Amino acid sequence: MLEDYKVINEKDTRSGFGEGIYELAKENKNVIALTADLSGSLKLNKLMDEMPEQYVQCGIAEANMMGVAAGMTIGGKIPFTTTFANFATSRVYDQIRQSIAYSGKNVKICASHAGLTLGEDGATHQVLEDIGMMKMLPGMRVVVPCDFNQTKLATKAMVSFEGPAYLRFGRPKWPNFTPEDQTFEIGKAQLMNEGTDATLIACGHMVWLSLEAARELAKENISVEVINMHTIKPIDEEAIITSIKKTNCVVTAEEHQMNGGLGESVAQVAQRNHPVAQEFVAVQDSFGESGKPLELLEKYGLSTSSIVAAVKKAISRK
Amino acid sequence: MVGIPSHLGDGIFFSPLPLGSIYNTTIMEKLQEIASQVRRDIVRMVHGVQSGHPGGSLGCTDFLVALYFETMNHNAENFTMEGHGEDVFYLSNGHISPVFYSVLSRAGYFPIDELSTFRKLNTRLQGHPTTHEGLPGVRIASGSLGQGLSVACGSAMAKKMNDDASIVYTLHGDGELQEGQNWEALMFAAHHKLDNVISTIDFNGQQIDGSTDDVMSMGDIKAKWETFGWQMFEMNGNDMADVVKVLGEAKAATGNGKPIGILMKTEMGAGVDFMEGTHKWHGIAPNDDQLADALGQLSETLGDY
Repeated sequence: MLEDYKVINEKDTRSGFGEGIYELAKENKNVIALTADLSGSLKLNKLMDEMPEQYVQCGIAEANMMGVAAGMTIGGKIPFTTTFANFATSRVYDQIRQSIAYSGKNVKICASHAGLTLGEDGATHQVLEDIGMMKMLPGMRVVVPCDFNQTKLATKAMVSFEGPAYLRFGRPKWPNFTPEDQTFEIGKAQLMNEGTDATLIACGHMVWLSLEAARELAKENISVEVINMHTIKPIDEEAIITSIKKTNCVVTAEEHQMNGGLGESVAQVAQRNHPVAQEFVAVQDSFGESGKPLELLEKYGLSTSSIVAAVKKAISRK
Repeated sequence: MVGIPSHLGDGIFFSPLPLGSIYNTTIMEKLQEIASQVRRDIVRMVHGVQSGHPGGSLGCTDFLVALYFETMNHNAENFTMEGHGEDVFYLSNGHISPVFYSVLSRAGYFPIDELSTFRKLNTRLQGHPTTHEGLPGVRIASGSLGQGLSVACGSAMAKKMNDDASIVYTLHGDGELQEGQNWEALMFAAHHKLDNVISTIDFNGQQIDGSTDDVMSMGDIKAKWETFGWQMFEMNGNDMADVVKVLGEAKAATGNGKPIGILMKTEMGAGVDFMEGTHKWHGIAPNDDQLADALGQLSETLGDY
């Protein structure tokens, strides 16, 4: 229920990753953290200090890092590559495609500073195409957790399966609102609020804003079902179908291009099973720019008020 | 597994002969016989599907035969992806798959008859090698150039982490070195002292659009690799005795803190006179007459598939 989700504290999701991989490395000597000169940004410091033998510095050479990771799996290692989301995906797409995805290697591609909320560094670093690129690769899992606690659990869940995966998280301090002891399962969406008028499906930072939007809409007696779709691939089709059969309209919210994102995956499921009106809260075929995270979300139509408007529009189209 | 006596050509597990015997005429003759059969396999495979890359395959035949039948410790019968305790090989220039497939099958990784399926629908012998079809002997997909050295570095690093003293071998085209990722990997290997890597460059001076000097000259490749921190050897890749000798020297040089490179001079199309000395046969197949001409130059030593 909406009132169950309160801000525990504000923490960056990348720090959730840092804690998660530290604990994983402690538990499993085959877990190896690789970085391309961004160990501090990816919060690897504690792991590096205590387990230097499980840390590999690759320098500013991401293409090589992806290949090194693929090769390490052949020796039974579980490599986690760490860098910014842009350099983790678009810069090295062919390396991921051939040496990791097509080769079926157990590499965990971990990406921070994704989306607009990277902020002041601007469009060169604000990758908004990564979910699309990664979900198109056969066999690639794509996971976008919503807050610090969930990112830590998602990181630890990376070793629960064999095969390549993309884990996307971010830079800014952000509301941390899911419980530490939550059940987290890759591929299993979280129903965060039950509602009857519209389904609102979000991932990453947009989940908190979607809960905020649902609270505002509740004041106007609009009942919104909120789903945290932390796994874009494989997507939880059952969760989508069950909800849209009840509400008959859907809004998706993501910090990503509309083309290729979460919304597109949800639309595919809806079209094949139960077509409904859908609105997309996403970046509309443009690059980002410098600014503060919340300013950027406002400018690019990803704020709480944008979500509220999208829900009303979706309902009006039923 | 190391220490099992070598049974050249008739065993499943191959281990190198003791130093001193590498000039043994009988062994050299046996390797030459295998190489002749592999060259027949290459031209027949490419002719059979009218597609594939014979030139580089023929040029690298002696190297791959020496590697798989003499130099490496490897277990063909019980292939495992991990290859713990075994020497492993990565083919970075995946388009010379015909020679790779022929050598793997002749070494016992999969049935020789399967060579007839090369590049055909539902085959495990894809145009470029892949792990996707579960073909024993292949540990990584290659084809998009410039990626193999990075993979080999990761594999070599994992071996060190696992206290596995075996060696990682690779093969690269010379034109392939135009891909920047190679130079990232060269830095990485030297920085991390991956002295269990032996990388060979097929230095045939040819690429699709012409000679490497005309297309994108690379200058002194050996000097460049040395500057990047590698210990370099040179060998004549179409002289079996030299290949076996230099591979032995390279192997002896492992464990000294530096990755090892071998600049291997080859003739594209080696062994088939009309395919030699040109980049024309990089990626085209012989017709029936050309096949007959080529096979007339190559003895059927081990039986065609």
